[in-house]
Amino acid sequence: MDEASVMDDAGRSNGGVFDRQFAYRHRIPTRIWHWINAITVIVMLMSGLMILNAHPRLYWGQFGANFDHPWIDFGTRPFPGWATIPSTYNLAAARRWHLAFAWVLVAGLIAFLIVSLWNRHVQRDLSPTRGELAPTSLWHDIREHARLNFPTGVAALRYNILQKLSYLVVIFVLLPLMILTGLTMSPAVDATWPWLLDLFGGRQTARSIHFLAASALLLFIVVHLLMVVLAGPFNEIRSMITGWFRVPAPKDLA
Amino acid sequence: MIGRRRFMATGSAGLLVAGCDRLNNSRSFRGALRSAEKLTMDTQRLISSRDALAREYSEAELSPIFRSNGTRMPGGEEYARHLAEGFNNWRLAVDGLVARPLSIPIQTLRRLPHRTQITRHDCVEGWSAIGKWHGVQLSRILDAAGLSTRAKYIVFHCADRFGDKPYYESIDLVDAFHPQTILAWGMNGHLLPVPNGAPLRLRVERQLGYKHAKFIQRIQAVESLATVFGGKGGYWEDNVDYEWYAGI
Repeated sequence: MDEASVMDDAGRSNGGVFDRQFAYRHRIPTRIWHWINAITVIVMLMSGLMILNAHPRLYWGQFGANFDHPWIDFGTRPFPGWATIPSTYNLAAARRWHLAFAWVLVAGLIAFLIVSLWNRHVQRDLSPTRGELAPTSLWHDIREHARLNFPTGVAALRYNILQKLSYLVVIFVLLPLMILTGLTMSPAVDATWPWLLDLFGGRQTARSIHFLAASALLLFIVVHLLMVVLAGPFNEIRSMITGWFRVPAPKDLA
Repeated sequence: MIGRRRFMATGSAGLLVAGCDRLNNSRSFRGALRSAEKLTMDTQRLISSRDALAREYSEAELSPIFRSNGTRMPGGEEYARHLAEGFNNWRLAVDGLVARPLSIPIQTLRRLPHRTQITRHDCVEGWSAIGKWHGVQLSRILDAAGLSTRAKYIVFHCADRFGDKPYYESIDLVDAFHPQTILAWGMNGHLLPVPNGAPLRLRVERQLGYKHAKFIQRIQAVESLATVFGGKGGYWEDNVDYEWYAGI
């Protein structure tokens, strides 16, 4: 550890990278938010599934109930106990968990955004460069990922473009969408901010978008965990706990 | 390999669920979750103006069939007799912390100036239905009875029972004096049908469906909910732990 070269989140070093093994990759705000979110999002997904158990049909528009046409119908109490909080049917308890952890999600997202815009984590580490967004470069990255060829050396310290895009989608699209569509389902919030109903085109549409965005978050989590496993789970998880990441040697040197 | 991974995945999900269930059974953890309910209510009240109106819809947006929920036909001889009499002898009692306790015949209620509103009914389960309601503003009744300054909550006593327990609900004065809070006697241009709460039900448009008490016989002004039935302010609150504040 004391041999380590200190780098910022972007992985820029002061040179002499490869003879030094460890790099400082994740700053404290990123790590704290990551783990709080890991717990919060899982609790939200599982308690959300229990809430959906109560009326497992989704509609488009302002209204939607049993006599109306759903675009998807999951049947009766479709989600199994291992996937829900609590594990046996209890709408009241699921709502308590969901609505309490929603505060953690909102507070965490706002705090992370303030800190990460302030310390330029977003601008420096998450914003794609013009070159990265060029179609040939993007296509190259997709192909390398599909072949499970992950970046090594200094490149492993920076977020690659697919990582950047997926994190940006989660932070700036999916999480805000979850929060806003969640609020649109509240009759009191609708009275206060009626523009929410117009923004999403009705409470039942907001409920459907809430479900779809949650599904997209679940997909993100699955792919994210898969990538951690494939890229070396010990090193990856250690870096998200301690901040320090062992720099993988370039292939031709390994 | 897949078998083992699957076993491990199911095993860890199982541990997680077991852990959450244990937390859910812990009184102090539920207390912590419950404090978020107060935070939610206080925040919603803070950002919202007292008289912010729930959206009112057009005739074209009415649900083709308005789903009823909860009790669709109250049991008991008394309700059956009222139904047979076309609710002609139904009266609404207003008592508790009021200067002038009232007993108002349903016909009188129907003749009072009324409000018609097309609003969305949101069930705690997740579904919504849009209906047109006709009724007298609750504030008008409370003003007529002369609400005491000690009164903090309005309790609605209903004719329906769940098992051996009477249905009741309660709201605070912010919602009680809201312009869209009405005692509805009509729906979609007709007198209220039985499944929707005949002959009188509450509409409290900024809260979820279980707050909208049906088959109302008596409204009572109280200082505290602690002494009313189970003490949590409503049938569902007492019996399955629903939140008393149902604005979300």
